[in-house]
Amino acid sequence: MALYLSDDQAMLKDTVAPFLAENAPVKHLRTLRDGKDAAGLSRDLWKQFAELGFTGILVPEADGGLGLGHVEAGIVLEEIGRNLTPSPFLTTAVAAVDALKAGGADLRAQWFPRILAGDAIIALAIDEGAKHRPASTAMAAERSGNGFKLSGKKQFVLNGHIADMLLVSARTGGSAGEEAGITLFAVPRTAVGISVDVDRLVDSSLSARVTFDGVQVDADAVVGEIDAGWGPLTRLLDAGRLGASAEMLGVGGGAMDMTFGYLKQRKQFGRLIGEFQSLQHRAAHLYGEMEGARSIVIKAQHLLDDGDPRAELFVAAAKAKTGKSCNLAVREGVQMHGGIGMTDEYDIGLYMKRDRALNEFFGDSYFHADRVARMNGY
Amino acid sequence: MSDLEAFRVETRAWLEANCPPEMREPVRDDDDACWGGRNFKFKNPAQKLWLETMAARGWTVPDWPKAYGGGGLSAEETKILRSEMAKLGCRPPLMSFGIWMLGPALLKFGTEEQKLHYLPQIARGEIRWCQGYSEPGSGSDLVSLQTFGEDKGDHWVVNGQKIWTSYADKADWIFCLVRTDKTNKYQGISFLLFDMTTPGVSTKPILLISGSSPFCETFFDNVKVPKHQIVGELNRGWDVAKYLLGHEREMISGGGLGEGLASLGAAFPDAAANEPVLRAEMAMFDVETIAFRAHSERFMDEWKTGRAHPAYSNLMKYVGTELNKKRHELVMAAGGSDALEWESARSKGGAKPRTWLRTKANSIEGGTSEVMLNVVAKRILDMPGA
Ligand SMILES: Cc1cc2nc3c(=O)[nH]c(=O)nc-3n(C[C@H](O)[C@H](O)[C@H](O)COP(=O)(O)OP(=O)(O)OC[C@H]3O[C@@H](n4cnc5c(N)ncnc54)[C@H](O)[C@@H]3O)c2cc1C
Ligand SMILES: Cc1cc2nc3c(=O)[nH]c(=O)nc-3n(C[C@H](O)[C@H](O)[C@H](O)COP(=O)(O)OP(=O)(O)OC[C@H]3O[C@@H](n4cnc5c(N)ncnc54)[C@H](O)[C@@H]3O)c2cc1C
Repeated sequence: MALYLSDDQAMLKDTVAPFLAENAPVKHLRTLRDGKDAAGLSRDLWKQFAELGFTGILVPEADGGLGLGHVEAGIVLEEIGRNLTPSPFLTTAVAAVDALKAGGADLRAQWFPRILAGDAIIALAIDEGAKHRPASTAMAAERSGNGFKLSGKKQFVLNGHIADMLLVSARTGGSAGEEAGITLFAVPRTAVGISVDVDRLVDSSLSARVTFDGVQVDADAVVGEIDAGWGPLTRLLDAGRLGASAEMLGVGGGAMDMTFGYLKQRKQFGRLIGEFQSLQHRAAHLYGEMEGARSIVIKAQHLLDDGDPRAELFVAAAKAKTGKSCNLAVREGVQMHGGIGMTDEYDIGLYMKRDRALNEFFGDSYFHADRVARMNGY
Repeated sequence: MSDLEAFRVETRAWLEANCPPEMREPVRDDDDACWGGRNFKFKNPAQKLWLETMAARGWTVPDWPKAYGGGGLSAEETKILRSEMAKLGCRPPLMSFGIWMLGPALLKFGTEEQKLHYLPQIARGEIRWCQGYSEPGSGSDLVSLQTFGEDKGDHWVVNGQKIWTSYADKADWIFCLVRTDKTNKYQGISFLLFDMTTPGVSTKPILLISGSSPFCETFFDNVKVPKHQIVGELNRGWDVAKYLLGHEREMISGGGLGEGLASLGAAFPDAAANEPVLRAEMAMFDVETIAFRAHSERFMDEWKTGRAHPAYSNLMKYVGTELNKKRHELVMAAGGSDALEWESARSKGGAKPRTWLRTKANSIEGGTSEVMLNVVAKRILDMPGA
């Protein structure tokens, strides 16, 4: 398949881009931030996403969704990135949906319709330390009654304070560092024993530290198989990592376009600063880096959609590459804006903040380059 | 099964049946490759057979029309053929400036007679071409070139000097930029083809830092070139030259990255295991390699369907050549003192350091990285200024 958008995909982009630019531009983020909005995002907007069908992009047709793929999900995510839109789309409609595809009929029947309707927000409780290291999950899930009892702490649970359900990785066997023995659970956020401590992050998103104090869940809360949660967790992570990469294409692209616009308009030394070769070369280099990121993202999306065995390698490479490129875009963005780029009033700094968070989400460039090395056998 | 799937299956079976085992090894260096031409000496019978078998099918130039010696394949089919060849490790049957550079320019600007005359010879590897663009005073500022062709009615008489002419001493013919009007800078250059055995043509090799010398100074002393050997219109050779450079960049940008996703760390397990900082750099480099392969694939898909910006090949040239240089820096670092051996049997005659040094030219030949960045900034990003 050719590595550009098909006609149908281009049509989707033509719907998504103006919708987000109109309904959720950077101003939307500023309003939520300045008003210290307790949810940190707009439930109305989430409903509109559902009405337009966006929340069902990855939901299988048999479950009432559109049954489309990661290329299509990526189109939405890129525009979310470009507009810095606070949205549960990545965690709920992408990562959680891909994990729930491995879930039993009950779980699917319970969650897919609510996701399709824009009624449910799902958060991911995977990380236990400041760095993403899913295999080192230590949180315990002990057998109890007809199910399990969860005890432990998670952090970097985006939207964890308002989520309807948490997808939680916990250990039913093995020990920290091993892939085997991890089980994935779908836990209602209001379950007894869950306490949530919410923080506002640098990018104004709201993220929770969640404590599980002997939280009792039924056996049917298990997504996939007991002790073999690494499977659905990998699906969740691949979808999330690639989705975060697509979102970073939007963040980096948005910062880049803003910056190039500025170079064409700001005058110093009696000339447009875009005339200076030192800036032109850096601009052209940055463009090349972002284009490289775009290419690996779409390639990885195709492979993941095709169920190709190379997908995992390409997803890791995509997250690593996009992380580097987007980071360059926001750094060059602030620098090339000069002093004005340091002001809160100007949007470029917001792009820099979102980049930092997205780079960290699901593992940073170093983490993923290391995975690439391991998959390549060293 | 779709037509394309059927094509893939047939193609693989055909390649398996027809590609000699010796031609499934990676090409080691320029000397190991098949260049064709009047004076070419095949390294072994398999090399000759592979060229002839592929040429007979039109697959040295799969996407050229059949009438000109091509395979008449669509862009999709060509992509499939390339990927099947890569999977089986089949070498390109022919390395050729005729295929990469002149051919596409002739297809676009040549007369029907020129196409029927030159293209099949290129496809069969009968004529080896060299490129006469650069002059001692005209490198990046190519349009300032001075080699002059004086109009003598039915022919020109060409005088001047070219430099950096790759393989001029081995080439049969040259495609050459010659000033035919001194009053007009851009629209005073013509694109001429002529035989390197024409009286008045002489070459002198230039030794490179890599120790090899496939490059020459080329001198023209009253060289007679018949009028029908011009490509495109009189004084409009710049259009042909620029178009051809686009294809040259496409070729150079992909150069030397090796097959598939060739991982640096996997090639140097010892260094990867024991040098954590180097391992980290190799890991990042693997990421860049995977991304660049995807980028090249996407560029090809967009280029072939007319979606790519016309100046995009400048970007690919920049990205690809800088990456290739970086690769060989890491190869040297990972190789340690072994990689320093210049004249030794163990090192295959110093292949590593020689290749490392040769790659430094990648970001110079065919236009320097700085010039590529200028073009991208101006033409794609639309940055202001002269
Ligand atoms: C936190 C902070 C504190 C400050 N404190 C003070 C203070 O106390 N007093 C004071 O007077 N000023 C102060 N400044 C202002 C500071 O000195 C200017 O921001 C700085 O000189 C850059 O000017 P500018 O912001 O107008 O950027 P511009 O001059 O508009 O530059 C924009 C971009 O273009 C680039 N550029 C400009 N000209 C060229 C060129 N010829 N070639 C290549 N690139 C070029 C710049 O490097 C930059 O990347 C402060 C700024 C900041 C951010
Ligand atoms: C191995 C090799 C093979 C070659 N093969 C051929 C061949 O087959 N046929 C042929 O015709 N030519 C060939 N060339 C020549 C090649 O195209 C030129 O070397 C190249 O175009 C650069 O020109 P130059 O060497 O004169 O460098 P210069 O133009 O003198 O450049 C010197 C430096 O200044 C920089 N510079 C120049 N102008 C600008 C600008 N406007 N902005 C910013 N920086 C600038 C350059 O980037 C470079 O770093 C080959 C060169 C090499 C090294």
